[in-house]
Parts: sequence; C-alpha cells; structure tokens
Amino acid sequence: MLAKRIIPCLDVKDGRTVKGVNFVDLRDAGDPVELAWNYSRQGADELVFLDITATHERRKTMVELVKSVARQINIPFTIGGGINEIADADALLNAGADKISINSAAVRNPALIDELAKAFGVQFVVIAVDTRLNNGINTVHLNGGRIPTEKETLSWILEAESRGAGEILLTSMDHDGTKAGFDNGLLKKVNDAVNIPVIASGGAGSVQHFIDVFEQTNVDAALAASVFHYGEILIPDLKDILRGRNIEVR
Amino acid sequence: MIGIIRYGAGNIFSLTAALERLGIAYGMVNTEADLAQYDRYIIPGVGHAGAAMDKLENSGLVPAIKALQKPTLGICVGMQLLTSYSEEGDSDLLDIFPIKTLKFAGSPDHKVPHTGWNRVYPEKENPLFQDIPLGSHFYFVHSYFIEYDNSYTLAATDYSIKFSASIWRDNFYGVQFHPEKSGVYGETLLTNFSKF
Repeated sequence: MLAKRIIPCLDVKDGRTVKGVNFVDLRDAGDPVELAWNYSRQGADELVFLDITATHERRKTMVELVKSVARQINIPFTIGGGINEIADADALLNAGADKISINSAAVRNPALIDELAKAFGVQFVVIAVDTRLNNGINTVHLNGGRIPTEKETLSWILEAESRGAGEILLTSMDHDGTKAGFDNGLLKKVNDAVNIPVIASGGAGSVQHFIDVFEQTNVDAALAASVFHYGEILIPDLKDILRGRNIEVR
Repeated sequence: MIGIIRYGAGNIFSLTAALERLGIAYGMVNTEADLAQYDRYIIPGVGHAGAAMDKLENSGLVPAIKALQKPTLGICVGMQLLTSYSEEGDSDLLDIFPIKTLKFAGSPDHKVPHTGWNRVYPEKENPLFQDIPLGSHFYFVHSYFIEYDNSYTLAATDYSIKFSASIWRDNFYGVQFHPEKSGVYGETLLTNFSKF
C-alpha cells in the first residue's frame, strides 16, 4: 500500500533558511542542507523548498542550493518559487531536483503547465494553489494570499490536471498559520475530483490534525512548516501515532 | 567500477551524487568502446519510454547492450527499456525480458502517477535485496509499470494490481523505484549491486 507522505516545508532566501527554525543540535539553523539532512534522518518522506529570493541572482542561488541538497539527501525534494519558464525548470532538473512547484506563473500563463509536462513529464510538475474564501467562494490567490484572481479553486485545479499537472499542492490561506487544522472540507472535495496526488497544506497545529486530514480526506500527503521546525511535532512520533490509527506510513 | 550508459534520457545528477556518497566508483559509457572499461553497468532513464528508446537507438549502443554479459541494472525507464514493449508511445524496446510495460488504469484510490513510498516484496533469493527487510518502502514515481511475471519478477509491489518492482534475468536487473531517492534501503541496494 502506498504510504501517506509527511513533508516539511522550508522557506529559503538567498540560499539560507529564513524563518521559524528552532532545532536543537543544529550547528547552523540557517543552512537548508543541514536542516534537510536532519529531516531525512527523522523520517520525512519528501521535502519542499520554497525560494523567496527576489534578486536577479535567484536562479543561480537556487541551482546551487539544489545541487547541495541532491548531493547529500537521499529522499526526493521539490523546489518552488519564482519558476517562470522552461529554462528555470531545466536548470533545476539538471541540478537534481525531483519536482518543481509552479504557482503564479501557471495562473498567469496556464500553457506553461502543458509545456513543462511535455518537456519533463507530468511527474516533474507540481501545481501549487493558494486558496482563500472570497465572498464564500474558494478563490485562487497570488502573492501569499494577498491578491485574489478570477479563478475558482476547484475549476483551476481541474484545468491544471488536464494540462499536465502531476500533483497538486493545495494551501488554504484561511487556515495557514492558524494551527487550527487543515481545510478538510475543501481538501476532500478536491481530492475526490482529481486523479493525481494531492498534498494538503495550511493549518497543521497538532498530531490530531494529521490524523484528521488523512482519515477525512484521503489526501496523499500533508505538508507543514512551523510545527516541525519548532519541534512541536517530531516526525517519528507523528508516524508512530498515524501507524497506530492504521494509516499507512513509511 | 560501474559504467553509466549515457544516451541523453534524463538527468543523472542524483544518481551520481548517491554513488559518490556511498563511495562507489563510476564512469560514463558514451560509446561501445567505453564498455570494456567497466565491470558492471547502470542504465538510467526518466521521462517517456518511447523517446528514451529512440535516443538509445541513436546512440548506437543497442546491439552492445543486448550482448552484455556483466551485471547490468536498469533504473525506472532504464528498466522499462529492457522489456519487449511499452504502451507509452506504442514502442518496441530491447526485448531482453519478454514481458510488457503497461499504463496504470488510475482511479481515485490509485492515482496516476504512482507517486511516493510503497512496499517492495522480493520473491526470490538474490543479492540485490540482501540486508533489505521484506516489505521495505522505496520511492516510486511512474505512470507505466512492468507486468508481473513468475519467471522474471524479482520483487513485487501492489498498486491496484501486483506489478514488477524489480526484474531479473541472468546478468540483467531492473528496478522501477529510484534507489538514489529511497533512503537507507535504496543506498543498500546500490551498494549490493556494486559488490556483485
């Protein structure tokens, strides 16, 4: 049986981890490679690096980061943030990234999904969707939830799937940062509607929230940042409890 | 030393990084003349099986690969190339294993691509899986699978149906999962292969 995946997410700027990392025993909490290595040792199934660098040097710093991670980490990882064209994706693939995550660039130019899937295969293309309720309608947002678009969330996800998305990373901006649990209602609706894997994101605050998201929505993976970075939830403990609930984990 | 067959199908950075971490020596096979330098081979591959086969044919290495006598491991699409045929691109392949590569049907409970960690069950005694417990998880990401076959399946995995996670015939081996991304047991498998 395919295991449900637990995915820590790391925010990176100029090649350094930027927020919310408070591990003990870490020589350098700002070193994404050391942090990644720690997570892989703890039993993380996959990692997501979200690059928020906003300079002209960004592609170069991302490629260097990806190479360092690929050299030292023995689990798969996804790179997101600022990927706008085929050349960005090509550079990251050749540096050892397993997947790339596209958000705004795909919303602005949906045909980019088709191009990426054709060039690299659907398994390489994760579409990240930030959603927020807008007048009671789940709406795709850009820039970390600040800018609403015209797109209704589920219809955009279905379009992304039909264009060649290999996986959906769905973040509820209404839940993100609340630590009140994942948006299980929306996640179930999306997960039931698509035939590609769905990663739940936004709202994880306790072990129970991971149990709930897997039991109530059957999504393939759950992503979180601060609960892992601050050591509030330890991955081996989380997996033991999930296993005890007959949720298949590695 | 392992010779990695270079024919242009996909990135091999992660594979070579894993070999370097493990201290396993490797080099590149670009032409038939390079083959003699190595005592075993890896055929990597990601992406489209039909496109990969076209590239392999263009490399001119096909007759030499089919005639290899030394241990040879195909990974992911590199494994699928060893079979007779793939539904991906309706492609005839190397036919070292007379079995087929088929597409997952897909359903809400068994999404495609088959992405993530699944359990692998070796069904025969073989040094490739030495020191790897039955049912260990390996990392898969693929939409096409090699059919289960009593004669050639070395290890099986279930994903809506039972398929070949690993195949074996004489000196030829294949794994559908990515050992270079499969944690400690993936590294064990690569080390095992390097010691045949």
